[in-house]
Formats: sequence, C-alpha cells, structure tokens
Amino acid sequence: MKNTALTQTHEALGAKIVPFAGYNMPVSYEGVNVEHETVRNGVGVFDVSHMGEFLIGGPNALALIQKVTSNDASKLTIGKAQYSCLPNETGGIVDDLIVYRMKEEQYLLVVNASNIEKDWNHISKYNAEFNAEMRDISEGYSLLAIQGPKAVEAMQSLTSEDLSTIKFYNFVVGDFAGIEHVIISATGYTGSGGFEIYCKNEEVKQVWDKVLEAGVDFGIKPIGLAARDTLRLEMGYCLYGNDINDETSPFAAGLGWITKFTKDFVNSEALAKEKAHGPERKLIAFELDERGIPRNDYDIVDGQGKKIGIVTSGTMSPSMGKGIGLGYVPTIFSEVGSKINIQIRKNAVPATVVKLPFYKA
Amino acid sequence: MNIPSELKYTKDHEWVSIEGDIATVGITDFAQGELGDIVYVEVETLDETLDQDEVFGTVEAVKTVSDLFLPLTGEIIEFNESLEDEPEKVNTDPYGDGWMIKIKMSDPSQFEGLLSDADYKNLIGA
Repeated sequence: MKNTALTQTHEALGAKIVPFAGYNMPVSYEGVNVEHETVRNGVGVFDVSHMGEFLIGGPNALALIQKVTSNDASKLTIGKAQYSCLPNETGGIVDDLIVYRMKEEQYLLVVNASNIEKDWNHISKYNAEFNAEMRDISEGYSLLAIQGPKAVEAMQSLTSEDLSTIKFYNFVVGDFAGIEHVIISATGYTGSGGFEIYCKNEEVKQVWDKVLEAGVDFGIKPIGLAARDTLRLEMGYCLYGNDINDETSPFAAGLGWITKFTKDFVNSEALAKEKAHGPERKLIAFELDERGIPRNDYDIVDGQGKKIGIVTSGTMSPSMGKGIGLGYVPTIFSEVGSKINIQIRKNAVPATVVKLPFYKA
Repeated sequence: MNIPSELKYTKDHEWVSIEGDIATVGITDFAQGELGDIVYVEVETLDETLDQDEVFGTVEAVKTVSDLFLPLTGEIIEFNESLEDEPEKVNTDPYGDGWMIKIKMSDPSQFEGLLSDADYKNLIGA
C-alpha cells in the first residue's frame, strides 16, 4: 500500500486511514456528517493525491487525445479543462477523466487512481499510430481539493492570482502558498465550488499547512473520502467502478453530453448507433419515499417484487436527511417521477425517480 | 477507548449488562468509532425469540451497514425507540442512552461465556 506525501500528516490529525485504490487514504477526520456540512456551507480541504496524472505532448498530442477521449478536445484553449471519458472498443468506459490544455502542444490528463495502469496501457496502444510524447507523472505530483462556497475568499491571501476571476473548468498556473508554477483549477467533485491544486510531492506539505492556516477564520477543516463520496453523490456525479465501468455505455450513464461526434474516436461508430436508438437501460437518480438507505449492489424491483435493476451508489444524504442513490434500470422505468422499489434486506422500500442534482444549493 | 469493566463483550463488538434475567445490549465505543456517523438502527425482531449469534437487527452508518448479532439466546422484549429519531446517541453515548435492545434470557449461564473487558481489549488491540 502506497502513502501520499501527506499520510503522516493525516494520521497526526487523527484521521481514520483506509486502503483505497492502492493508497492509504484518510476516510474521515471528525465524522462524515460534519465534514460534509463544512464543504456545503464553508470550506474544506481534501488530499486526493492518489489521482493519476499523464502529460501528453508534441505535435500529435491533440490527435491522440481526440482518438481516445469522447469529448471534443479541439475546443480547449490554453487555460481550459474539460470532463471526458475514455470509451473502450466494446461499448463501455475505460475511465472518466479531466483533460487540461496546458500549452499549445501539451495536455494534462487526470485519471482515477485505480485505473492508472489500465488507462496508460489503453492510451499507449493507440499512441502507436500518433507517437505523441507520454509521461506518467502520477508518482511525483500531489493534488489538493479546496472546496466550498468560502474557498475563493479563504484562499485569496495565498496567491497573487485573482481567484474570483477563474471560471468553472478554467485554470491558471501561478503562485500559491509560496510555491511557484502551481496549477490552480476551478474544478472539483463536490458541487460546492472551489479549487483543485496540483503541485509536486515535495511542495504539498507547505501548501497543505498554509491552506489550513489561511482558512482558520473561515472554519476550514480537512475532509476525508467518505464525505467526498456523499458530496459527489448528492450532485449525481458518476464514480468509476460504481456507476460507470468497462461495461456501461456513456449514453446509458447519462454522459451523452461529453460524447461528441464531431470527430472519430474509439468505438465512435457503434456509440453513434446507440445514440440513434437510445440505450436499453439508463442510470437513474432516485430518492427513497420511506426510511432506509440504499447501497451499492442492492436490487431495484418493480411493484411485484421482480428485479428490474441494480443500485450502483447509495447513501443517506447528509444535506437532505434521506436515502438517495443511482442505479441502472430498463429505459422504460427511467422517466422522472417513475415509482420503483429498492430491496433493502427483507423490505422493498418505495422510491421515486428524480432529476439531478439531488442537492440544490 | 472506553471499555467499562462491569460489562461483558462479544467478538462482534457488542456489550451486555444483566439485571436478573434481563440483558441490555448495545455496541461498543470501538464499534461506533469504526462505523462513523450512525444514521439508522433497524430492529425488526421485537418480541421474537432468537438464538445466540442470530442477526437481530442492522446498524447503518453513512458509509456502511452492519448486522447486529444477538449475544445471548432469548426473547427481544424491548427496543430503544429513541434511536429512531436520534440514532447519533449510539455515537455519543454507546454504553448509556445508545443502548439498543433488552433480552429476556433463556439461559443466563451464557452470560459467563462472554468476553471480559480484558479479553475484549485484547481482541481489538486496545
């Protein structure tokens, strides 16, 4: 099991550490509910250094990225980022990722920790044709997410960049917490605004300490992976391995908006056909009508108790105090307002299909 | 870690106290800490007679769900209904207001077979 550059820091803060995607990661410090609430109403900082980073450069960098990703990376200007996915050859998804355009001919791909090797091999396979320069810098780089409505105000003293002017899914490379050439990106996985900060491992301790110091007056707290999951689920953001995987199509997963047929890409022909016909099943968002908590892998059943689908993510929503989840059902059951049931142990608990996000600020 | 010496324990991280032939059961301080914020305690076996080690309920934290095992054979005669509205009592006061059920024991001699506080400390490495 690997450590991030901050694992000892988390231990000293009293975090509960769990193995996740090959790393010892903080799952919570004070408790998931208080951490969740901190990000929704104030500001919190996450160490998500387990995430993987690839640099793709050279004259054919864009051509390679266009081939392997579903979104249209030609729309990216320097300083912009986009959410995208890597479709596989058989209709599923290798991974979801963020593509940053760093320079004229250089892109940064940020991928899930559990998929670093799989993604690298997949992209390398297609790179035989393009010969772009590929570098896996995951081991040397750290990533902090500073999230919440007070993030801009709380962090402004740490940088000469004007944080309030960095728009969602834009970034700057600038000074932060006394370190030069830090990527300050207005992205995140919480739906509460804020930044993600990429820096070198040897720099991250200083950044972490200064972030906590600058945030004191704003009630900043360190936040663990448990709250990261409840925060993202309240927004309906997909989690790779739960809601999307090698077998789920981007259209079934509601990721049509990042699947652009303005270009040819891996499996684009088959995906275009799927788009035309509509997917056979869809990822839905649902709320329980009665008390209970849906969990990954619980059955979704119809009124007669017949299995019609499966829950892929579920939790008690800390913001709303009710059971919420995502799951796949045949398209006929996917309309907003449809009544379904979630099989929780012996009980089929009624639930309603709702529109995302669950949580509206 | 709070492990009161007057209680008995199970390997499933429950505590038991007795008064006459009535046993009171909850989960330990260690267990509530491992589970994290508890949001739901479900006991649907009230008035049933179950064997030792049978599942009598479920405790749900935000991130996990965990079965509750009956430490002693007997009839479940009471459920701490205040947990329906305030499940967080299991976190804040696991040995007091966070108690879960009372059992009318069928075989009080089973109580002596449970773990002592020292045994339980060893089990969790405290």
